[in-house]
Amino acid sequence: MRNDSNNRETRRGTHGVVLAASLVFAACGSAGADTVYVTLEKDNAVAIVDGVAAKLLKTMSVGKRPRGIALSRDGRELYVAVSDDDAIRVIDTATSKVVRDLPSGDDPETFAIDPEGTFLYVSNEDDNAVTVIDLAKGKQVKRIPVGVEPEGIAVSPDGRWVVSTSETTNMAHWIDRRRLEVIDNTLVDPRPRAACFTADSKQLWVTSEIAGTLLILDVDTRQIVKRVSFKIPGVTAEKIQPVGIRVDPERRRGYVALGPANRVAVIDAQKLDVVNYFLVGQRVWHLEFSPDHRRLYTTNGLSNDISIIDLAEQKVVKSLAVGQYPWGVAVKP
Amino acid sequence: MRSLVWMITVASLLAVTDVPAKQSRKGTAALAADAESAAVNLRIAYLHRPTTRTFFPYFDPPAADSGLQGARLGIEDNNTTGRFTGQIFALNEISVDEGDDPASVFLRLLAEGYRHILVDLPAASIERLSLLPGAEHSVIYDVGSTDDRLREAACSTRVLHLLPSRSMRADALAQYLVQKRWTKWFLIVGRQPSDRLYADAVERAAKRFGGKIVAIKVWEYDFADRRTPEAVIPVFTQGADHDVLIVADEAAEFGDLLPYRSWFARPVVGTQGLVPSAWHRTHEAWGALQLQKRFREQAGRWMDETDYGAWLAIRAIGEAATRAKTVEFDAIANFLRSDQFALAGFKGVPLSFRSWDGQLRQPVLLAHERALVAVAPIEGFIHPRNELDTLGYDQSESVCDAKR
Repeated sequence: MRNDSNNRETRRGTHGVVLAASLVFAACGSAGADTVYVTLEKDNAVAIVDGVAAKLLKTMSVGKRPRGIALSRDGRELYVAVSDDDAIRVIDTATSKVVRDLPSGDDPETFAIDPEGTFLYVSNEDDNAVTVIDLAKGKQVKRIPVGVEPEGIAVSPDGRWVVSTSETTNMAHWIDRRRLEVIDNTLVDPRPRAACFTADSKQLWVTSEIAGTLLILDVDTRQIVKRVSFKIPGVTAEKIQPVGIRVDPERRRGYVALGPANRVAVIDAQKLDVVNYFLVGQRVWHLEFSPDHRRLYTTNGLSNDISIIDLAEQKVVKSLAVGQYPWGVAVKP
Repeated sequence: MRSLVWMITVASLLAVTDVPAKQSRKGTAALAADAESAAVNLRIAYLHRPTTRTFFPYFDPPAADSGLQGARLGIEDNNTTGRFTGQIFALNEISVDEGDDPASVFLRLLAEGYRHILVDLPAASIERLSLLPGAEHSVIYDVGSTDDRLREAACSTRVLHLLPSRSMRADALAQYLVQKRWTKWFLIVGRQPSDRLYADAVERAAKRFGGKIVAIKVWEYDFADRRTPEAVIPVFTQGADHDVLIVADEAAEFGDLLPYRSWFARPVVGTQGLVPSAWHRTHEAWGALQLQKRFREQAGRWMDETDYGAWLAIRAIGEAATRAKTVEFDAIANFLRSDQFALAGFKGVPLSFRSWDGQLRQPVLLAHERALVAVAPIEGFIHPRNELDTLGYDQSESVCDAKR
């Protein structure tokens, strides 16, 4: 929190000057701050937050029903799935201006980018398909049929797999990234929401909203090796609806957002046991690390805020109001 | 009797779609030729009686394909999953018209090998079907009734009920009213026998949750004798001090006339006003918006309760077939009733069948025409096993349980 005062000074200097927004980011960047982008599903906007200072910098209109959000590998472009505009909107992070749309197909919700930054893979909930987009050309390359209501999507860091989870079919569909075809399916617990590979590409973590579980799948066998359940005193089982997942690069700890349980579960990523719960805002949905992995940001859909967790201290340090229905989050250095 | 087979053609299922979204969706649903039905390995029948409802406002006519569209969407969903499991579902839609005997149609279906049979028929017909010889080798999915007797005194182990019973609806409403501390209820009951049953459920709910029924009046006007609603309703709603008017008028003969005309400024709840239901177009949470959109794209109208009941029934069969990894009847029928069964019904919690009466336990929505107000069970109404069992007949109250 040493950078706090610097940031405050910087902002004071540019206060009220809209055009200076990009300068603020440049200054925050050099001071080691995080720029946190949060999609606001009901406000049709993206909130831009200084994560270290825990300050809302700006809210920009982005299009109808923004949900999934991610940055390009170089951090220059921000991608936002605007579900009701049937597109993925591309925003220049330096200017905070929309520069183009990607042809995502109908009702894009979540998407993932491959390690090379070449292709983007989108879940099309209404069409039971995954759309593959060439980022440089801005064109659809292929549509891959998957189960009913695809939601979670992840690319393995080694580039071998794209996994799509379908909420009504209840499967993880394993798409071979070279052939762009489903070559295997793993039946998972009801209403799978998010999928996340570990950094070593050896495990796939999948959350099930209805069963209230986290499943750990072995990538080589594509079988479930562990089913993690959650028990929180004073919280009924029905309230525990796991959604977003993040695992640290060393696979020491994993974090799972538990929806209306208003908690983030901390998982020992070696033993695959729950070790702690953080109390955050209401209906916690997605989460993201700061680039230095010292903080974790969570979107809390019903309390209209984000929570900031200090990972060294292992505690929630701040909650910050950002707007209506915070959904997804991406963080830029 | 008309019969129609609805399925997704195997060819279109297996096709890899490189075409734009709108086209590919249209291509997936089609009427199948007999030649293609060879690949079908799970056949489901759907018996329904065309609507005979006479009272409805001119701007809100009942859909002729109510229920059927829900079943068709369920088949499409199952077959999308079936692509990965080799399970192909088909629906045989049978309209039981005036003069047709549902029992003979049902027996013919059994003879043709149908074991999963959805019914959208009056409660008395469902009771009769459940007693037919051979019915023990089938599962009857009641997708339209709300009748408590069918789930209690007239219950059958062969029948699963997809929609909430009247008692579940009344309990949901009661929980909400009690939470609001609106506990003095003025109950207005229509002339139809079904209205009396709705009122019975409200009276039962009052006892369970601490509501006080301060007046019960039977509505007997038809406005034919030059008495206007403006004249009748204020007089009719005078009397005991009350917090809400609860109306039991399932056919919507008069309930919609009550709001804003009552003597006191009191909200109207029950079959009109704030209405407890299984599904409503205002419901969008827990992914429900996705189902709403998929349905609307297919049917060109909003999903109604019978559509939802039929969709749930088909999805229940599909989910059991996926989990049990078979299309074999006994395995599916057993799995449906097992502890492992958990159906995602877009209401935030897993849905499952009560072991004692075959009722699908589920949240009940409380909505008025243009907004969802609450979802029951209301927070604070707790249950030792599952809060959903605070709605309707619990195991200890069920006379059906004793019969099993």
